[in-house]
Amino acid sequence: MYRTLFSRDLFSELERLQREMQQSIDFSPSIRGLPRGGFPAMNIGHTPKSVEIYAFAPGVDPATIDVQIEKSVLTIAGERKVDLPAKEDKATIHIDERFAGRFRRVVTLPDDVDANAVAAQYRDGVLHISIPRREAAQARRIKIQ
Amino acid sequence: MSEKTAVRKEQEIDDKATLMPPVDVFEDAAGITLYADLPGVPKEGLNLQVDVDTLTIEGEISLNLPAEMEASHREIGLPRYRRVFTLSRELDREKVAAEFNQGVLKLRIPKAEHAQPRKIEVKVV
Repeated sequence: MYRTLFSRDLFSELERLQREMQQSIDFSPSIRGLPRGGFPAMNIGHTPKSVEIYAFAPGVDPATIDVQIEKSVLTIAGERKVDLPAKEDKATIHIDERFAGRFRRVVTLPDDVDANAVAAQYRDGVLHISIPRREAAQARRIKIQ
Repeated sequence: MSEKTAVRKEQEIDDKATLMPPVDVFEDAAGITLYADLPGVPKEGLNLQVDVDTLTIEGEISLNLPAEMEASHREIGLPRYRRVFTLSRELDREKVAAEFNQGVLKLRIPKAEHAQPRKIEVKVV
């Protein structure tokens, strides 16, 4: 039987790595950029009836998050306070990776959304914004008489 | 190794692909405090494990996505988080305290009593 120098596992691991890198590069560029690695991280999806936006903003007081829609541009802004140890505690910071400070992210929405009927919900550190699309834009079946 | 097991292993690796949650770790005289961001993980999806010398944090994301939703942009591309830390000897595994609130995990790992700093008195003779 033919044997390779490396185990199969190593190859599948490399393949996975390559796929992940490709995924992180390959996204449709928008004029507003939607840069990766920003805070909050965002997932956006759509159904025939709505646009669904998930902003991963853990540990933010939902009352302080400012969500605005103006001319089909959605803005999510706020501030995240992180409990760094007080100086008098003489604590050592070993790892400091979590985002702290003010944040603001902007998303362009499709033209057919109904900005008057937005529903926003914060659960488990995720802000979920659901924006319905106007009926006219929804595909309609045309009856043939 | 037969072809069959190789294929299965590949799938296992895929199933186990995880996101690495960002953390903050502080240490003071009495112990270590760790914060981890695990947005989208409900309380029942969180799994904390303390072994002899490792701390494992795992979380399964549950978002209740609408069934007919198509993703158009994705930054959180995997449904689970995982991160493992090595614990040093002076930390007291029995007394780890955890809080989980709005996607933020706070862990407090105190140092064992014998490892806490003591002030040594200098006698003047």
